[in-house]
Amino acid sequence: MLVPLAKLSCLAYQCFHALKIKKNYLPLCATRWSSTSTVPRITTHYTIYPRDKDKRWEGVNMERFAEEADVVIVGAGPAGLSAAVRLKQLAVAHEKDIRVCLVEKAAQIGAHTLSGACLDPGAFKELFPDWKEKGAPLNTPVTEDRFGILTEKYRIPVPILPGLPMNNHGNYIVRLGHLVSWMGEQAEALGVEVYPGYAAAEVLFHDDGSVKGIATNDVGIQKDGAPKATFERGLELHAKVTIFAEGCHGHLAKQLYKKFDLRANCEPQTYGIGLKEVGLDYQNPYLSPFREFQRWKHHPSIRPTLEGGKRIAYGARALNEGGFQSIPKLTFPGGLLIGCSPGFMNVPKIKGTHTAMKSGILAAESIFNQLTSENLQSKTIGLHVTEYEDNLKNSWVWKELYSVRNIRPSCHGVLGVYGGMIYTGIFYWILRGMEPWTLKHKGSDFERLKPAKDCTPIEYPKPDGQISFDLLSSVALSGTNHEHDQPAHLTLRDDSIPVNRNLSIYDGPEQRFCPAGVYEFVPVEQGDGFRLQINAQNCVHCKTCDIKDPSQNINWVVPEGGGGPAYNGM
Amino acid sequence: MAELRVLVAVKRVIDYAVKIRVKPDRTGVVTDGVKHSMNPFCEIAVEEAVRLKEKKLVKEVIAVSCGPAQCQETIRTALAMGADRGIHVEVPPAEAERLGPLQVARVLAKLAEKEKVDLVLLGKQAIDDDCNQTGQMTAGFLDWPQGTFASQVTLEGDKLKVEREIDGGLETLRLKLPAVVTADLRLNEPRYATLPNIMKKKIEVIKPGDLGVDLTSKLSVISVEDPPQRTAGVKVETTEDLVAKLKEIGRI
Repeated sequence: MLVPLAKLSCLAYQCFHALKIKKNYLPLCATRWSSTSTVPRITTHYTIYPRDKDKRWEGVNMERFAEEADVVIVGAGPAGLSAAVRLKQLAVAHEKDIRVCLVEKAAQIGAHTLSGACLDPGAFKELFPDWKEKGAPLNTPVTEDRFGILTEKYRIPVPILPGLPMNNHGNYIVRLGHLVSWMGEQAEALGVEVYPGYAAAEVLFHDDGSVKGIATNDVGIQKDGAPKATFERGLELHAKVTIFAEGCHGHLAKQLYKKFDLRANCEPQTYGIGLKEVGLDYQNPYLSPFREFQRWKHHPSIRPTLEGGKRIAYGARALNEGGFQSIPKLTFPGGLLIGCSPGFMNVPKIKGTHTAMKSGILAAESIFNQLTSENLQSKTIGLHVTEYEDNLKNSWVWKELYSVRNIRPSCHGVLGVYGGMIYTGIFYWILRGMEPWTLKHKGSDFERLKPAKDCTPIEYPKPDGQISFDLLSSVALSGTNHEHDQPAHLTLRDDSIPVNRNLSIYDGPEQRFCPAGVYEFVPVEQGDGFRLQINAQNCVHCKTCDIKDPSQNINWVVPEGGGGPAYNGM
Repeated sequence: MAELRVLVAVKRVIDYAVKIRVKPDRTGVVTDGVKHSMNPFCEIAVEEAVRLKEKKLVKEVIAVSCGPAQCQETIRTALAMGADRGIHVEVPPAEAERLGPLQVARVLAKLAEKEKVDLVLLGKQAIDDDCNQTGQMTAGFLDWPQGTFASQVTLEGDKLKVEREIDGGLETLRLKLPAVVTADLRLNEPRYATLPNIMKKKIEVIKPGDLGVDLTSKLSVISVEDPPQRTAGVKVETTEDLVAKLKEIGRI
């Protein structure tokens, strides 16, 4: 029985509703004191409940084998593959032997890649000057650009003048998944050891605190956290330098930010979800990005292009929109960050692939120099390649991101997007981003949600089955699947918070922002109230929940490798 | 005792969780770039072979797959599960589309003789064509005994006791080695393919011509279509309505 949402806004009912929840669950503070909690156990993952304190793990062999490499790269996306290819190109050119290992959680390279994508080919051509002969799938050059503002029924066309970031002359429409797949083949041909289907689950450290490498995920753990007969530990991959290229909001990067305090001097990252382009700094907890997207497709200016077509694929992924202001420190002893993980997307241009690739290339060059330098003296066992950050700051990536840094924040003013356009016209188009000030973002995305009582619920139209669709049939098209008998990889630091805080204050935004229907508030079997049900198998690895949870209680960790979406050329 | 050698055949098929799409020209289904994995029954066969090796009853496990270059991924998975060697019988993509159980059985039979194996293990059927023929045909070509739909396999000296799941219940056979066995669902639960094993092993590539096998097929696919859309059902209130409706559509 769902309480009608309109009633929740009335103070009396709000109080009543809260009391009903408290009737079934002990208040948050009490659960810390008392040993009996009536919150149903949701999280069973060993990152929340360590195995060395778990009786079921007594006597299980936890030994891990280790392999030594020169460089280990986490993530086979455009950035990771660029770095791998560049390292091997340099090794061949200088006749040195470098062992490069690349791990990727998707079952095949490209299966978790999702993007527009309109590629600025500069960095790609730098890496593969003979891309045409090699048959790279850059088949569709841009011929025409159209930009417009959509009102409820109409479209206001906006001219794209040369010099504006949205101008796409010289760019290619690509299926990024196929391009990434092609890059994977090139990497393998050059001798990179590519291991799809193996997720990097843990960062390893030397005693001196520098990064030693990573460990791949353990396999064979039951849903309730106990070991299966097929339990096996992951493999440790040790390296002199580990490159983290996990893409937007990587889970290992999240740990590294904390450990090395890499975000001390930058703004929090802000995000969008690519469905396409619903900014995650929205305030109304009733907003559902998926349903906004369905609604957008019905707009009179969009509809004609889609009519008569057939829906053949679906996917979602968070992307970073923080730009220049949100770039963290990029290097630390033993490793560095490249690609969308730290976040080099040029927001007004809506492109991050070219900068991601360039960051991978620069990382490879900097690492190669250190590895082959005769006078190498390192304070730590894991190499600290500070040269990478310096090289990046001297490259076109930095100049490009600097020049567009104020465009998105300028949309946060009183005039909204129109203010942003005026700002862009003056300061970017004419002055090329040389103004001396840097505007700030309005804080982290998860802080921006207002309580449900202060917002109006949004009535979304029903999907028509021709152009707009329901969520679950869309998720089926993503081909996502996970071994069902494993602990849910969407872990909660505190199992009681979803109902006690997220549902009671924000009306459970996770049931709306997840583009795969992972989170559901279902009525409890006996009595009143709800519990959170996590359908981990549906997850498409978009990371939106980790980003937007107002309580920051959800911690996305990597599931068993090979699980997740099966995108084909997305 | 551990002198026996096992040949396990594995097939690369479209992953079971992927939504299949028929190609617009109706010659087949879309396979380009689609996620593929090892046929689940083949995984069970590999697992059984590896378990026999762990029990020291078998000396060597050889994994083989027929098809285009991508088959090597599947062989690599078998190696990661514990097979010792991999053989890829390379068939160019255009011909691979016409590879059927008969052709594969010819290849396996020749390979089994060449490698002098004592046991050929396969999955009972592939989840893409559901033919359930390759194991049986291989046994026919080799003139070896066969135990299909195996749910339990026990080695007893030079004989193999195979418990089979059949419609009537469970049937137990005793086969003299060498033999062919096809794996059914409840034979075992396959282990995960882990990284350390993949790194060290090699795959040998050979051509069907090297084995002297002719891959011509007498079958040709005329068309592949989606199943017809299910039309909506109709609810009626009373039995009289039901009879009237049935008469209306000419069923009675």
